[in-house]
Amino acid sequence: MAMTGVLRAGFVQLRVLDMDEAIVHYVDRIGLNMVEKAADGRVYLKCFDEFDRHSVVLREADSPGLDLMAFKVAKDSDLDDFARRIEEAGTAVDQIPAGEQTGVGRRIAFTIPTGHRIDLYAEMERSPDAPQTENPEIWRDEPHGMRARSFDHCLLYGPNTPETVDFFTDVLDFSLTEKVVAPDGGPMIAAWLTCSNKSHEIAFVEHAEPNKFHHASFLLDSWHDVGHAADVIARYDISRDIGPTRHGITMGQTIYFFDPSGNRNEVFSGGHTYYPDHPTRVWSTEQLGRGIFYYEKELNDRFLGVVT
Amino acid sequence: MPAPYHQITLAETGARFSCPADERVLIAMERQGLRLLPVGCRGGGCGICRVRVTHGRYHTRKMSRAHVSEADEAAGIVLACRLIPETDLSLRLESKPENDGRRAELWR
Repeated sequence: MAMTGVLRAGFVQLRVLDMDEAIVHYVDRIGLNMVEKAADGRVYLKCFDEFDRHSVVLREADSPGLDLMAFKVAKDSDLDDFARRIEEAGTAVDQIPAGEQTGVGRRIAFTIPTGHRIDLYAEMERSPDAPQTENPEIWRDEPHGMRARSFDHCLLYGPNTPETVDFFTDVLDFSLTEKVVAPDGGPMIAAWLTCSNKSHEIAFVEHAEPNKFHHASFLLDSWHDVGHAADVIARYDISRDIGPTRHGITMGQTIYFFDPSGNRNEVFSGGHTYYPDHPTRVWSTEQLGRGIFYYEKELNDRFLGVVT
Repeated sequence: MPAPYHQITLAETGARFSCPADERVLIAMERQGLRLLPVGCRGGGCGICRVRVTHGRYHTRKMSRAHVSEADEAAGIVLACRLIPETDLSLRLESKPENDGRRAELWR
């Protein structure tokens, strides 16, 4: 197995203002499946093409935003190895017992320099409606809503982007696929990081306020499905941010919109493939318009500034 | 019977627009193609459209406590995307400092 250590973005736990509205949005509109409405009020959801039990956890609260983002590692002993490396890097590690989330094994939790909480886990129950494995159909039940295939990545806003990139590359063995730097050797102000073949599993934008959430993203089949998502957004009067359009950075075809509590979502298709021998692609701030929105070639204040 | 529309007036400029009695102020503004208040998430979450209601009666839908505290709410501070008028209203933009900084000087 070539891929070891951290495998992928596994799940995200988001705060929402109104759970009933959030369920309509994530299940009926984006197209996730309901997994569980737990006794503690949390709601667990998954996409149709995911084997594990859940990939999105919603929690009703008095402010929206990100509780935590979790990555799956290859095996249980990786958790001890990463806990040691994280502590050696000077970051405290909390042990979260198995079962804190239904169906999830023990986790290690820590706070990165942007102020966000990140968890690692090795075990999650297989979903009873996981993709078939023997002479499989393309899906069990016909995908609905925007037909999201899987939870893909998050973009987070906070301070200390260079230190955060060092943490992910040195301690968690991620690779920096793309970055934005200020002119004349100025600081890195945005970064896209992967632990897999994907163009990114997590991304960061420099921002004064710590622990802010920009978006959670879901993978679609095709550019045609991005158009279908735009139809769903228009038909159900979902709050749209921008798109359909394309990113220069990652090259993904995309549309952005907000959940009913103001958390931003993306659905996208395409994007480049990463291998560990690939160099980092570098963007300068004066070319950033087409980096972010390749067709419009200009930034919009809402995309840059609105976070939860 | 309540009037079907209320007049929304922005205190700084005197700019006015009408808002249906059951509609959220920011959404009514956008539907008329007006750019009088900043538009963010439209869901009570991001705080960009934070305003103080200086005159008039209203109710709101749930707003993020990160942007509107209980004391703010008692003082008439709300998010325009969650604000539903019951009479004509006067508003004044009340951005928080962290929101003013969000124009992301870094990028320019």
